[in-house]
Amino acid sequence: MASAAIPANQTPKTNYLTNGYGLKSWLLTTDHKRIAVLYLISVTVFFFLGGFFAMLIRLELLTPQGDLMQADSYNKVFTMHGMIMVFFFLIPVVPAVLGNFLVPIMIGAKDLAFPRINLLSWYLYIIAGTLFLHCMLIGGVDTGWTFYTPYSTVGSNTNVVEAGLAVFIAGFSSIFTGLNFIVTIHRMRAPGLTWDRLPLFIWANYATSIIMVLGTPVVAITIVLVAVERLFHLGIFDPKLGGDPLLFQHLFWFYSHPAVYIMILPSMGVVSELITCFSRKRIFGYKFIALSSVAIAVLGFLVWAHHMFVAGISLYAAMIFSFLTFFIGVPSAIKVFNWTATLYRGSISYATPMLYAFGFIGLFTIGGLTGLFLATLGIDVHVTDTYFVVAHFHYVMVGGVLMGYLGGMHFWWPKISGRMYPEGWAKLSALLVFVGFNLTFFPQFILGYVGMPRRYWQYPDEFQVLNVLSTAGSSVLAVGYLLPMIYFLWSLRYGPIAEANPWNAAGLEWQTTSPPPTFNFDETPVVTWEAYNYDEIAPKELEAPVGR
Amino acid sequence: MADSHATTLEPEAHNPALLHHFADAQQQKNAASLGMWLFLVTEIMFFGGMFCAYLVYRLAHFNAFAAASQQLSIKLGAFNTAVLLVSSLTVVLAVKAAEAGNRKQLVTYLVITVLLGLTFLVVKGFEYAEKFERHHVPGPTFSFTDTFDDGSQKIPVNPNEAQLYFSLYFAMTGMHALHMIIGCGLFTVLAVFAWKGHYSPGYFTPIENAGLYWHLVDIIWIYLFPLLYLISRHR
Repeated sequence: MASAAIPANQTPKTNYLTNGYGLKSWLLTTDHKRIAVLYLISVTVFFFLGGFFAMLIRLELLTPQGDLMQADSYNKVFTMHGMIMVFFFLIPVVPAVLGNFLVPIMIGAKDLAFPRINLLSWYLYIIAGTLFLHCMLIGGVDTGWTFYTPYSTVGSNTNVVEAGLAVFIAGFSSIFTGLNFIVTIHRMRAPGLTWDRLPLFIWANYATSIIMVLGTPVVAITIVLVAVERLFHLGIFDPKLGGDPLLFQHLFWFYSHPAVYIMILPSMGVVSELITCFSRKRIFGYKFIALSSVAIAVLGFLVWAHHMFVAGISLYAAMIFSFLTFFIGVPSAIKVFNWTATLYRGSISYATPMLYAFGFIGLFTIGGLTGLFLATLGIDVHVTDTYFVVAHFHYVMVGGVLMGYLGGMHFWWPKISGRMYPEGWAKLSALLVFVGFNLTFFPQFILGYVGMPRRYWQYPDEFQVLNVLSTAGSSVLAVGYLLPMIYFLWSLRYGPIAEANPWNAAGLEWQTTSPPPTFNFDETPVVTWEAYNYDEIAPKELEAPVGR
Repeated sequence: MADSHATTLEPEAHNPALLHHFADAQQQKNAASLGMWLFLVTEIMFFGGMFCAYLVYRLAHFNAFAAASQQLSIKLGAFNTAVLLVSSLTVVLAVKAAEAGNRKQLVTYLVITVLLGLTFLVVKGFEYAEKFERHHVPGPTFSFTDTFDDGSQKIPVNPNEAQLYFSLYFAMTGMHALHMIIGCGLFTVLAVFAWKGHYSPGYFTPIENAGLYWHLVDIIWIYLFPLLYLISRHR
């Protein structure tokens, strides 16, 4: 456990890590920071498990023949990869790890509004994860992460019900996290911390929480209906018995499209923090960025049917959803333009978190713009269910979410662990991640455009060169992800002791010690300034060691 | 909204119900209340998925839904509706009693609420049993031979479509009954706590929030009753 790495004699006062050492002090904790660490460990396990399945996929696709596995195993492997990454990594990762740790500190509170419900969220996540692992070990599931009917209800003979139950429980874990965040942000802010002084990371998590609370129950009941239909042979989504499989797709995407904003919005919040700190400037257009998060949360509920353009919805409906999908590009673009405007004439430094922020902006822009290709009805018909779609959402999910997460992990690692990570290795890994990512997924745009369908275990010979490039890239990417894991663990024992504010950053979290005490602040802070007041932090003051 | 609770920063040590991370009791109460309302929103979305499915299939297979709906007993449904409405009243009275600090009344009203909830569940159980006897439970033994009478002629009904109606009937009323069971358990615990004197005019948030939950479960039934029992009976 991380706590063992910091000798007590070097820390002048107890912090949240030294406040109890036994297993019980962790498993029964209600401290939001400790729960964040629990989440950090568990989502990391799932990330590498999901990554393992990704490597199996890439290895199978190294050659055109189905030589590593056959169709049935391949179906299970991409399903495992998708479900683990979506439900057990991407959705919880930033809110449950960084959000859990930072939301109360950033608003000057002692804890989240409901600390016990917060712990319950983690236990629900662990129960769901264990159930899913069990489902995997007894044979897995092969429906794809989307559970499409009627295959999932009458076709597949794998463990659909158990996987569905796992997703259902994981859903309640995120509902409770979202509920906790909304109440905390409304009710627990420090005196003087008005809505227009909130860090943009808070705004992003607030918008995310709205989606979690409004969307997740719908997918929960949808999966219950799938399970009930499967168990009792009903016909809710079965066309032979009068049901409508399209209804399933509507209900599923009503949550699952907004879910991509659950994943990306918190990372966007992280990027706002990084860009301002490492260009030493106020954010450009604070209100626009803050409200664009809310706009994305609202508009995100109105675009779901763009996943169904070829599923048989009416042309009229398709045109409306196409238009709305273009429209949601506006708040996303506002963010990107405002970040770049913030950089303009800033004192930019290239610490590792900033490298990830740059990576985010570039990759998210490509991912977002190709999203507009897919929103265009004509092009979508051409590239539906091809690798173009796969490349598009990996640019957003991996290039966006993961870049933001890793940037945030490096930025706040000194706060979380009390130690600095090795900057040289970190820069190398940021470079590897960027290069490996592009090498993996850019060829997939081309593959998709020339017609390689997704979810097949073999392919015609002419696709091989691009597939080899992609597989090679995935190995580079894997090294890029393993490195931070190794040096973060290394830094727990050997990293230099972190100051309270090693980046000279604005924000309440940097005003308390690293790592923070159990109740975050000795005295409740009173906020009299706007967020990102970097022009008011004098350079001389910056040189002086802050904290201990 | 930030400033409403920002006035007192010193914890009120004398209030045992005040948790350490709240500045004062008012902030704690506001947080709990907002949390409960948000939870109710998630409940509405949860049932919303089923209401959506109901709407789609009722429009697609109206005749079968109307014929199947006529198999339900309006009398029992109406009786249960009345029982739930009265239980909502007793919940309000319980909250009022808690506010006034009247412990005996509070316990009494909570117990009556639980009894009314159990009454509802027993009646529901008889209704379910009758469905089993007549093979109206979806599954391999399902059979449906009734016709839809539109006033001038009897139209035969596709049993698969009727089964769809009963699938939704059991899914929606079953999920509602599950919420009733949870509510009864909740009020039983609260009644015990109230008996032991855990609540005072200064602190009765759990009673209030459980009351909100109970009202929501009632309201869902208020929608379920006409949607499931009264299709095409307005003629």
